[in-house]
Amino acid sequence: MLSAILVMSGIALVLGGVLGWAAIRFRVEEDPLVDKIDAILPQTQCGQCGYPGCRPYAEAIAKGEADINRCPPGGEEGIRQLAELLGVEPKPLGEGLVHKPKSVAVIDERLCIGCTLCIQACPVDAIVGAAKQMHTVVPELCTGCELCVAPCPVDCIRMEVIKEDISNWKWRYPVVSLTALA
Amino acid sequence: MQDYLLILLGTVFVNNIVMTKMLGLCPFMGVSRKLETSLGMGAATTFVLTLASGLSYLIETHVLGEELRYLRTLSFIVVIAGIVGFTEMFIRKTSPVLFRVLGIYLPLITTNCAVLGIPLLNVQARHGFVESLFFGLGGALGFTLVLVLFAALRERLEAADVPLPFRGSAIALVSAGLMSLAFMGFAGLVK
Repeated sequence: MLSAILVMSGIALVLGGVLGWAAIRFRVEEDPLVDKIDAILPQTQCGQCGYPGCRPYAEAIAKGEADINRCPPGGEEGIRQLAELLGVEPKPLGEGLVHKPKSVAVIDERLCIGCTLCIQACPVDAIVGAAKQMHTVVPELCTGCELCVAPCPVDCIRMEVIKEDISNWKWRYPVVSLTALA
Repeated sequence: MQDYLLILLGTVFVNNIVMTKMLGLCPFMGVSRKLETSLGMGAATTFVLTLASGLSYLIETHVLGEELRYLRTLSFIVVIAGIVGFTEMFIRKTSPVLFRVLGIYLPLITTNCAVLGIPLLNVQARHGFVESLFFGLGGALGFTLVLVLFAALRERLEAADVPLPFRGSAIALVSAGLMSLAFMGFAGLVK
């Protein structure tokens, strides 16, 4: 009886020691703040903030290199949450960044020459097509980031605002505009 | 040397832990959707299983002995849980990508019954230390082999025209059964 208790506690002690040592030896230098910021960002990976995606932007915010108001898709609600998390004053969206109504890219298929440039630009793989074949946008996947508009050599991509209908309407948050408060 | 080679061959093909003993079916069905994750899972399981067979042999012979035999399952589980915790920290440090790919399946190696089954089979078969290690390694390699094969199969199945009532887990279980039958073909390999 006693030996059983001794053996089990011995095994537990040894394993606990090894795990404790491993926790120190293999400690991962990871900022938990980055994950929290990344969770607030809208994950559109649009790059309008000037960083190649939401996670790099989150890392830049955590390091203090970037301001919190560089994310148009997140809107004022996003800035408000970031300000709350980081304990700073919320501020209006940065200059040159505007919050646009939600829209999707539409390719004019008569004009498309099949150059695949927009496919390479799309951060969420929402454009289908192959070289010298007509391309088209999968509207369910499109985040409306407009990154595909600029590369198109024949200007056949336009942004269309998504109209509200019964399938996508929802209650609006009662938000007061930050610019009005300032 | 030949003995060890035979143990390895035998556990990988003839007495494959998943296909003939039906151990470790949970990760076999759970992680086999994609080829990459199945490879990562196989590698992690191989590491854990080999270490677990070696350590459990040492515990069985040098710590427990005859009179404390009844603590076998208990102590093996504790050891396995410890090794899995260690592996998790190690992978997190060395390969964050693999860590993210494996996700929840990494801590779930603890509950992979193959990982407990092989040390227990080792004791039952009265294997020595090196034999235990090879038995563990072979079992894990067999597990990896089957997992990868099955993942490849399931990637094909995704595109196949499966009748509606069979879609998803049903067809996966049916093909696992067929695969098990196919592995019976190895029965005469080692004489």
